[in-house]
Amino acid sequence: MATINKSLVKNEMPVQPADVRNRNFSEVALGYTKDQAIDEARRCLNCKHKPCIEGCPVNVNIPDFIAEVANGNFETAYQIINKTNSLPAICGRVCPQEKQCEAKCVRGIKGEPVGIGRLERFVADWHIANSTTEPEIPKSNGHKVAIVGSGPAGLTCAGDLAKLGYEVTIFEAFHLAGGVLVYGIPEFRLPKHIVQKEIDGLKKLNVKIETNMVIGKILSIDELFDEYEFKAVFIGSGAGLPMFMNIPGENFKGVYSANEFLTRINLMKAYKSDSDTPIHCGAKVAVVGGGNVAMDAARCAKRLGADVTIVYRRSEAELPARLEEIEHAKEEGINFNLLTNPIEIIGTEDGWVKELVCLKMKLSEPDASGRARPVPIEGSEHKLSVDCVIMSIGTTPNPLIKNTTEGLATEKWGGIITDEDGLTSRKGVYAGGDAVTGAATVILAMEAGKKAAKAIDDYIKSK
Amino acid sequence: MYKIIKKEILNPAVTKMVIDAPLIAKKAEPGQFIMLRVDENGERIPLTIADYDREKGNVTIIFQIVGATTEKLNRLNEGDNLHDFVGPLGKKTETEGLKKVAVVGGGVGCAIAFPVAKKLHDEGVEVHSIIGFRNKDLIFLEKEFAEISDKIFVMTDDGSNGSKGLVTDALKELLDSGEKYDEVITIGPLVMMKFVSLLTKKYNVKTVVSMNPVMVDGTGMCGGCRVKVGNETKFACVDGPDFDGHQVDFDEAIARTQMYQQFERKAHEDTCNLYKMEVK
Ligand SMILES: Cc1cc2nc3c(=O)[nH]c(=O)nc-3n(C[C@H](O)[C@H](O)[C@H](O)COP(=O)(O)OP(=O)(O)OC[C@H]3O[C@@H](n4cnc5c(N)ncnc54)[C@H](O)[C@@H]3O)c2cc1C
Ligand SMILES: Cc1cc2nc3c(=O)[nH]c(=O)nc-3n(C[C@H](O)[C@H](O)[C@H](O)COP(=O)(O)OP(=O)(O)OC[C@H]3O[C@@H](n4cnc5c(N)ncnc54)[C@H](O)[C@@H]3O)c2cc1C
Ligand code: SF4
Ligand code: FES
Repeated sequence: MATINKSLVKNEMPVQPADVRNRNFSEVALGYTKDQAIDEARRCLNCKHKPCIEGCPVNVNIPDFIAEVANGNFETAYQIINKTNSLPAICGRVCPQEKQCEAKCVRGIKGEPVGIGRLERFVADWHIANSTTEPEIPKSNGHKVAIVGSGPAGLTCAGDLAKLGYEVTIFEAFHLAGGVLVYGIPEFRLPKHIVQKEIDGLKKLNVKIETNMVIGKILSIDELFDEYEFKAVFIGSGAGLPMFMNIPGENFKGVYSANEFLTRINLMKAYKSDSDTPIHCGAKVAVVGGGNVAMDAARCAKRLGADVTIVYRRSEAELPARLEEIEHAKEEGINFNLLTNPIEIIGTEDGWVKELVCLKMKLSEPDASGRARPVPIEGSEHKLSVDCVIMSIGTTPNPLIKNTTEGLATEKWGGIITDEDGLTSRKGVYAGGDAVTGAATVILAMEAGKKAAKAIDDYIKSK
Repeated sequence: MYKIIKKEILNPAVTKMVIDAPLIAKKAEPGQFIMLRVDENGERIPLTIADYDREKGNVTIIFQIVGATTEKLNRLNEGDNLHDFVGPLGKKTETEGLKKVAVVGGGVGCAIAFPVAKKLHDEGVEVHSIIGFRNKDLIFLEKEFAEISDKIFVMTDDGSNGSKGLVTDALKELLDSGEKYDEVITIGPLVMMKFVSLLTKKYNVKTVVSMNPVMVDGTGMCGGCRVKVGNETKFACVDGPDFDGHQVDFDEAIARTQMYQQFERKAHEDTCNLYKMEVK
């Protein structure tokens, strides 16, 4: 075991300079070098009680993989992570580590926690760049399983089942697989070739991916069982329809949902000159909301040349986005109007957005969500002059599958109801990810996919 | 890949294509639509399913050449493939319980109205069709409409064929003459649907319109296709595209479709110029 690195701070992650990156779509964070990774790994105490593992929703064996990094055995480190996490290059980039593994790290009591996420990313990238080992192709066990949706929940469930020998087919509504990883999270945070790499990996395991297939329209869940002889179905159809605030003026030209704005950019590449898909991004943009989605929309708008302001009704402490994204957004010159809530959009004569009318807010006692409730301050009405407004205040589940699947129980708000293992009210039908929980995180969607894969395996074997 | 089995030029601006898509053909219903991409970097555009053949496994689209994507689409020929073709999307047009219906189509909207009129006819409903075009060179589907309609009126703006005038003129005459319809179904440019709806409101006849807002996914994810109906925000791709014409906020819808006009005009010119260069 190498000596411990006593530094109280993490090795800094090399990044593109803020005033350069806010004008391009290339990746912001550049990743550790070999030396930085080894130096960071040496900060780990290899604690006996391993608190970091409990913080990880898929229980990656963190101290063990870090020990291998410290010794320069990067491929071995990768194999350790990959046992429980099938998408480490993605998780290393987008997991909210500061609320998960790193929140529990002993080194965090005095000083900064070990840069677990950065190490995970380093190891995964190293593997992608250097590994030549081909995955073992599992022998088919003759059972077919269908997966609806190719986001992290569906991809993980598919991978785990394929490794067990199931013949897996993923049905994806879009023309490209990946879910939010390809149409939501921007290139500068999660390069699409990395997502593609993971998907190629699944194809090598003989997972079939059928794009342009909207389940509930072209095929129903019942038909998947009756006509196509799938033994089980996993639904990972994601978070669904964007919500709007229902304030006056929300349908003026120049008002987007974050989903539309981001899809035009990420999936349809509207920022490239050879793309046919247009985007209207004005000179002054307001993004309403404070989650990852809002940060991504704001940073995309910035890169398209706009002056961007985040409008969020609570304070900085309540911002739901990942810490790193908030910091990066600030560095890139995005303004934050906190404790501010829009009440109306005013338009020009020909129907374009002109102003956003807002109220100042103050925080009062916690509401049902446990977070301080924002209440308007009387007489604080003011106007922001903007020509584009991006609404990023959440989503409600897509009703397509619910409406076409008899006996599939859902919550009042539309989420699919499942038990601990992901089983729905229908025999053989499992679900997980945002379709069940509402908008959450990549790693929780993966955890749900994993649990469901295990339950599906037990179910089919017990038949 | 989705092969073009047949291509037919209906008029200088409108083309019909039959696409091999057996699974979609099996499920398609009048009123529903597909979304397609012509090539790798292409835009996703929605087009109504104008007809389908469940046995042969194909779907017909009829489109007007308006911008870059429809221009590119029109350059493909029989035997070529579309990059993506997804559907059937949206809700089908409700026809249950109807006995007598006026179907009012305008321009390329007639292609969308046709499968609905045909279905009504097949279900034994009395169908009065009013189809309108700018001039006689643009008329298409006239024969097809005639075959399935109990009465048919072809209107042209300039009177170069059929009767001179707008579809609303013909509809008003019918209503004034005492015709009683269970419903008016109208599909065409937004302005036309707006004026049909204003007219039928006076006569208190239920009116269904087919909205065509800008769409990105067509599955209820992006929120781009929102339309104000009554005082509610609806999503045309999952709640529609059919809505109660008396409830739709047409002025807002008209404004919203102009969002990309400038961009499109340029894209259209660029594509045209590119093709001109190729031809030379
Ligand atoms: C802009 C943005 C940024 C985010 N940033 C982060 C982050 O930094 N860190 C983090 O942990 N999480 C982040 N999230 C959240 C995270 O991406 C989601 O929680 C996660 O992707 C959910 O995975 P999923 O598999 O449940 O669904 P999704 O990723 O939404 O995938 C669902 C898939 O199902 C398809 N589908 C839907 N209906 C059908 C149907 N009827 N038939 C066939 N296919 C269908 C969809 O097209 C889609 O591809 C972000 C989300 C967004 C939108
Ligand atoms: C449900 C639905 C069904 C439709 N059915 C038909 C049909 O059967 N035949 C037909 O000719 N047209 C139909 N349209 C309209 C057709 O989608 C547009 O004409 C087409 O997208 C134009 O694309 P473009 O790139 O060639 O033109 P552009 O120059 O890009 O656009 C011209 C106009 O088309 C509209 N448009 C552009 N992109 C979209 C989009 N992604 N979604 C919706 N509208 C868009 C806009 O109003 C725009 O101003 C339908 C639209 C919808 C929403
Ligand atoms: S808690 Fe921190 S120091 Fe302890 S094993 Fe985990 S990563 Fe290492
Ligand atoms: S087209 Fe995206 S929600 Fe309807």
